[in-house]
Amino acid sequence: MIAADMAVQRPPNAKLLVVDARGRIGHAPRAAFVEFLRHGDLVIANDAATLPASLQGVHAETGAPVEVRLAGRHSLRPEVVGCFRAVVFGEGDFHTRTEDRTAPPPIAAGDRLILGPLRATVERLLGHPRLVSLLFDGTSDGIWAGLARHGRPIQYAHVPAPLALWDVWTRIAGPPVAFEPPSAGFALDWHALAAMRERGAEFETITHAAGISSTGDEELDRLLPFDEFYRIPETTALAVSRARGRGGRVVAVGTSVVRALEHAATGDGHVRAGEGLATQHIGPASRLRVVDAILSGTHEPGTSHYELLRAFLDDATLQRTSAELDARGYRTHEFGDSVLIERVRQQAS
Amino acid sequence: MTIPSDTIPHESTQRRRETDWDNTTDSAGPIKGARVAITGGTSGLGLALVRELLRRGARVAFVARTHERVEGVAREHRGAHGIVGDISAKDDIYPIAVQVVGELGGLDVLINNASDLGPVPLAMLSDTACEDLERAFATNVIGPFRLTKALMGALAASAREGCGAVVLNISSNAAVTPYPGWGAYGASKAALHHLSRIWGEEHAADGVRFLSLDPGDMDTPMHAAAVPDADPTTLKHPETSASELADAIAHALPRRGASGAPSTTVPELEGVIR
Repeated sequence: MIAADMAVQRPPNAKLLVVDARGRIGHAPRAAFVEFLRHGDLVIANDAATLPASLQGVHAETGAPVEVRLAGRHSLRPEVVGCFRAVVFGEGDFHTRTEDRTAPPPIAAGDRLILGPLRATVERLLGHPRLVSLLFDGTSDGIWAGLARHGRPIQYAHVPAPLALWDVWTRIAGPPVAFEPPSAGFALDWHALAAMRERGAEFETITHAAGISSTGDEELDRLLPFDEFYRIPETTALAVSRARGRGGRVVAVGTSVVRALEHAATGDGHVRAGEGLATQHIGPASRLRVVDAILSGTHEPGTSHYELLRAFLDDATLQRTSAELDARGYRTHEFGDSVLIERVRQQAS
Repeated sequence: MTIPSDTIPHESTQRRRETDWDNTTDSAGPIKGARVAITGGTSGLGLALVRELLRRGARVAFVARTHERVEGVAREHRGAHGIVGDISAKDDIYPIAVQVVGELGGLDVLINNASDLGPVPLAMLSDTACEDLERAFATNVIGPFRLTKALMGALAASAREGCGAVVLNISSNAAVTPYPGWGAYGASKAALHHLSRIWGEEHAADGVRFLSLDPGDMDTPMHAAAVPDADPTTLKHPETSASELADAIAHALPRRGASGAPSTTVPELEGVIR
């Protein structure tokens, strides 16, 4: 697929590939995705805003320049912002492809990093020379201010212009706890939410601290996605039960929503409200208990996002989908086109 | 059913609607625990609002331009989150938004209070420098527009969860009455007032309420700049206006659970604009 290289969340020509519950494939303008919803459906999106999680600085022991990409937190609580899991790169920035980035200087527990106004100590290495646990100095407000002022959104070489936060915050963005944007939500705007309401579809959110999608290291990438915190509001859990009761479909906007809802599933298609830590990897062997359909970006084979789609579709249908995406010039990555995939019904196959 | 160990009851990013309100007064109730952001929070009405909302048990983040003053107010008001930023500067808006929602864990109430008077001393429109007019609009219209837009996701999330969401835009009698000499301020406040009304229509279904209220002529640094020879005894104390505005916010938030008495009166505001 072609990489979408402009930071436009809702380009007027964005496309949508639709796979229905019988595995039939269709195409539409993405702006029309609400028309695929039915009265009684429930759409659930991730309302996490994106942290400016890329921090330039130096490794104090060697003076070597580093880029730190924050990748995980121990909690979603606002005041627990002192400790992060992070991936450390050597000199350079997003203009170099992640996989071509230089390695950081040798890092040991106790080393200090100077990241603009922020100071941090490497608490320990997490089983890999690039992956560390970082402890920031100062108060939680001071750390938030330092991140807000000095951090930049994590970005990749396929978008050449530097990203601003407004490029990566969805319209519905709330708590800044995601490390990369929950970009399936780029398809949504306030007009679309009003259109859903008019159609008789409900809209709710969860908050899921979506982690980074690539570390530039094959060994590390195999561990993705890392464990991710999420919070499911009581109102969202109740809406799932209501949708179940009336026979409406649960439509997840993005892979992070699928991961959170399925992690919180109770076995009978309902979800527990509250905070949790999504640890599971969803793939072909996963049985989806809550989510009936997903609105997502387009994903290429070999990525964790693609693996997740295998829980919705049999491999033959997914391969046909990939072939259609290629043949029709769909664009991939955060600012690319979208797919709307309904889980193939067992009885229909 | 057993609860998995990784499902942690979480209070700090989730407001508790079923709280026992025994120790609160009627007027404090709906605001207790609310997450509130106030721009221009280090002087005048903004500072009075910081104090009033803290007094009523809100969790408050305030924004102002001067580092020293933000630190000073934060030091004097334990629990208040001070944020340095200029709402008239485009590049400051998202850093402010990150800190507001990051530090509070969400947002129930946004008060766009920071204002720019335009030319000082006041001037007839045809004597007003274009730069003074632009600065007034940047602070009084474009800044609130940008900040509200950036925070709308957090506000709507609060509304969906039943906590309510209110945007209070501080307006002025000058928004509706053409006082000579108040052109830059009055025209920009008129624009803000109309933004509030349209936003209110557009987001009513999302549960986000918009208030555009005139706090009256107060004894504040801004009023002193506009009317240096005013008799302070004829002016309202900003604390009085802050209390009235807090009542209006409380009224616009959803009623509490059965244990608390709902507020039923519409607050009477001097020169109120709705």
